[in-house]
Amino acid sequence: MGSSSGEEGEEEWVPPSRRPELADVAPLPQADGPCPVVSIAYRGDFHEVMDYFRALYAAGERSPRALRLTADAIHLNPGNYTVWHFRRVVLEALDADLLLEMHFVDQIAESNPKNYQVWHHKRWLAEKIGPDAANSEHDFTRKILAMDAKNYHAWSHRQWVLQALGGWESELQYCNQLLEEDVFNNSAWNQRYLVVTRSPILGGLAAMRDSEVDYTVEAIMVNPQNESPWRYLRGLYKDDNNLLVADNRISDACLKVLNKDWTCVFALSFLLDLLRMGLQPSDELKGTIEAMENSDPETGHADIAVAVCSILQKCDPLRINYWSWYQTTLSS
Amino acid sequence: EKSTAVVDGASLTKRSEEEEAMGEQGELAAEKHVRYIVTAEKKDSFESLVMEHLRASGAYWGLTTLDLLHKLHAVDAAEVVDWIMSCYHPESGGFGGNVGHDPHVLYTLSAVQVLCLFDRLDVLDADKIADYITGLQNEDGSFSGDIWGEVDTRFSYISICTLSLLHRLHKINVEKAVEYIVSCKNLDGGFGAMPGGESHAGQIFCCVGALAITGSLHHIDRDLLGWWLCERQCRDGGLNGRPEKLADVCYSWWVLSSLIIIDRVHWIDKEKLAKFILNCQ
Repeated sequence: MGSSSGEEGEEEWVPPSRRPELADVAPLPQADGPCPVVSIAYRGDFHEVMDYFRALYAAGERSPRALRLTADAIHLNPGNYTVWHFRRVVLEALDADLLLEMHFVDQIAESNPKNYQVWHHKRWLAEKIGPDAANSEHDFTRKILAMDAKNYHAWSHRQWVLQALGGWESELQYCNQLLEEDVFNNSAWNQRYLVVTRSPILGGLAAMRDSEVDYTVEAIMVNPQNESPWRYLRGLYKDDNNLLVADNRISDACLKVLNKDWTCVFALSFLLDLLRMGLQPSDELKGTIEAMENSDPETGHADIAVAVCSILQKCDPLRINYWSWYQTTLSS
Repeated sequence: EKSTAVVDGASLTKRSEEEEAMGEQGELAAEKHVRYIVTAEKKDSFESLVMEHLRASGAYWGLTTLDLLHKLHAVDAAEVVDWIMSCYHPESGGFGGNVGHDPHVLYTLSAVQVLCLFDRLDVLDADKIADYITGLQNEDGSFSGDIWGEVDTRFSYISICTLSLLHRLHKINVEKAVEYIVSCKNLDGGFGAMPGGESHAGQIFCCVGALAITGSLHHIDRDLLGWWLCERQCRDGGLNGRPEKLADVCYSWWVLSSLIIIDRVHWIDKEKLAKFILNCQ
């Protein structure tokens, strides 16, 4: 059982019924009803803390002892949103120290990193604190992401802090770091896209596209069986299919990957998209596809896109219906 | 060195002996599930304690399951309705997750859904509930979960779904609501919790569902999103929620229902998914 008010205390936890400060409070039991639906059995401590909480909540109390009790309730169940609400009301009434409060919620968040209430509470606080909170919030999400680099809540919070409070300067570098640690991290690729398209200091997608294509192609060459950079590549060209088709680096990348591993579904799929967008296959590319087909005497197609589709149906049987549908779109 | 092996679909999906054995399991143990839900949890488990505040949603999940298994009669409808209404806040028009909890859209939807199961919408002040939700729509079309202002596309779906069930969808600014959801669409065709947020199957379900209810599915590139969704199927037949993550049975709902809404469910391997789900039993 944690101690109240965010103290790191080694002190023994005192149940509410034995706290002098709460001696005048009559605890309120839960009004469960005669035959509770999906009923829950309660444990002693939990019972007691919540009975006292209910009493103070019902009385509309806004005191330091109420604040302390909400900390107990939060430690017991940080998902209890009603306790968080009440805590915020008390914090406002007491005009409490917001930085101290952020320290308190950070401790809860560290052990409950996927809890919606803690992240919302942090955002509520950060909004009040303002741009001064940017650095510490970025430090905090960095810490959480170091434990789980794909934590959706942490990413949402980080994105909000960037856009509301700033701190873009080192964000691209941060994405580089995360991708070095795990190039398969889809969240990091998503963040990269956010930075490249929305950072006020990088110049926007058009300015960044060239270097980003190089970066992404390199990531693909190291690990072709990685869904994220292939999608990222598409994102770099947004709706501009002509530019995408014209960028030789990309069709070259597909070819290089397929020469090493002709079953790479992402490369085949990307190639298919390029062909459908009007890519004129080089002789080398035609040769590679033919060689794949020669491995299977059954498939012999005049149309290279149809050939690729046919290969995909064999290489990715889980999605055979998708690839056969794709093939039907090629007849036009 | 290029492989010259003959293309053999079967060899690419060779099953281990283990997989074959598990496949024999094959059946839904419906009676056991019904018993699990209907029996009061006497265990003093930590898990039960920490779910106290979302009991309304727990009720919805449990009762819907009973209904799907044609066992809804196993519970007393009148008692359920009474308990649900004890979670209602007449002054705001919202429902809390349990008796004594503050109103929130999450539990408002669950409450309405539970009442729909028992065909008891008559007990509701539908206009008041609609007002509660309408009051939570923001200027940019998004929805807050409650008065504290948390915004998430989940709440867009929840608000739209609730109002649709109450036949009062017209009370919100539907156009703006749709506009906000579309602003959360990513280049992979998926949707995140907020604009710029990573595409995630759970958020996708919410956005696709909301667009479907409001007759706005034309904003979705069904083929692009359908492909992203069918790419969620892993080798073990299960579905994940994002690229390069592990399969989890919950995504069988988020991904599957999204695929069904956009009419692309035939793009996944249903048999393998069914086996995965049964292996989670």
